[in-house]
Amino acid sequence: MNVLLDYLPEFRNGFLGTVSLTAASAALAILLGLLIAGFRVSPVPPLRAFGTAWVTLLRNTPLTLLFLVAFFVVPQVLFPGTSPFVLATLALGFYTSSFVCEAVRSGINTVPLGQAEAARSIGMTFIQTLRMIILPQATRTVLPPLSSILIALTKNSAIAGAFSNTELFNVSKLLNDQGRPIGWIFLWIALAYLIITFAISGIFRLLERRLEVAR
Amino acid sequence: MSEVSVTKSDKGPAPAGDPLVVLDNVNKHFGALHVLQDIDLTIRRGEVVVVIGPSGSGKSTLCRTINRLETVDSGSIAIDGKPLPQEGRELARLRADVGMVFQSFNLFAHKTVLENVMLGQTKVRRTEKKAAEEKARALLDRVGVGTQADKYPAQLSGGQQQRVAIARALAMDPKVMLFDEPTSALDPEMINEVLEVMQQLARDGMTMVVVTHEMGFARSAANRVVFMADGRIVEEAEPNQFFNNPRSDRAKDFLSKILHH
Repeated sequence: MNVLLDYLPEFRNGFLGTVSLTAASAALAILLGLLIAGFRVSPVPPLRAFGTAWVTLLRNTPLTLLFLVAFFVVPQVLFPGTSPFVLATLALGFYTSSFVCEAVRSGINTVPLGQAEAARSIGMTFIQTLRMIILPQATRTVLPPLSSILIALTKNSAIAGAFSNTELFNVSKLLNDQGRPIGWIFLWIALAYLIITFAISGIFRLLERRLEVAR
Repeated sequence: MSEVSVTKSDKGPAPAGDPLVVLDNVNKHFGALHVLQDIDLTIRRGEVVVVIGPSGSGKSTLCRTINRLETVDSGSIAIDGKPLPQEGRELARLRADVGMVFQSFNLFAHKTVLENVMLGQTKVRRTEKKAAEEKARALLDRVGVGTQADKYPAQLSGGQQQRVAIARALAMDPKVMLFDEPTSALDPEMINEVLEVMQQLARDGMTMVVVTHEMGFARSAANRVVFMADGRIVEEAEPNQFFNNPRSDRAKDFLSKILHH
């Protein structure tokens, strides 16, 4: 108990660190995932090829390897002096975007083909059709897998702690190194993660129910 | 085949308008199947052409090639003098001028009836919202579903949904309307309400291509009947001549199977 009280500021910073890392990379992942899913179903072959390559590359690379690239290659070659937070967000966001893309694409495939044909036949462009007709109807099917993906992302963000980011895992390591009781530290860290992941599944359950009514 | 009682309009011979849809030597394959073979077809402005034929004869495919929902392998299709462009903005613009009604309605399931009819106007034609709504309501009244405007498509009967789909297509002020078996998915008691709307459209001078199994509609509303079999246009004639005195054996065989039992 007293580990938490003695190191409350550290725990709080760690918690906020994990939340902000998760939120930022989730936003990036969803944005990129939607874009790449659009590429993968587009009528333009080069875009489709790009989408497939993106997913294949990022989904099949270990996340730790992406972190190594983000922290030791990107600053050297492209943008020196980028903050660890931004680099970690990029690694997590890009990695997760490949999973989001596939979840969105599976949702797109559940919408009957006739919906797109009807939209095209009144003169809507591909982008209009996707944005106004297909994606709104795909959302409901995408929510459950998306919720799992974001929970996985929350836990994956622990890797950022090994790359000079302040977040929960990083705090546990810090306290552990100072010889604090390891059982208690783990308990509090685990509870903090649970708060975040339960919040995510709660939000998605709410969204699912909301969309059920809207139809 | 149910004979549909629709008021016989005194349709004369085909109106002598200028050619609006021109298919020239169109060929299409689905794998090994040669689904459209050397199709030549000209549809004039104001004309109502009914396409009939046995299943698998390529009539739906023919209908869908006209707004390029199906691509063709060779030959050319022109609408109002302009050949169909490649997929992209220009094709989208052209499709807005070609109304399409599907067998399975395909109303946007997440939009209300009113929104279904407004969407094309506001997003494609860039009509102001208020004007679009006014027009949508007028069209819904015209097809007899004005009171259903705020419901979702799933809450409507098949006949009502199909009439909304016709209103949605009409909202774009199309030059020509394509009907791909519009009554084939309907319960028998709902077929007439849809056919009556189409009859009215035909009387108002809309250019129409109708793929159907409703011979009553073909008799009373068509200027011309196109009979297809095995991917070819076998016979083209005025409805009276076609139904009373078909020239080809294929058409005689088809008519004998559907008209007498």
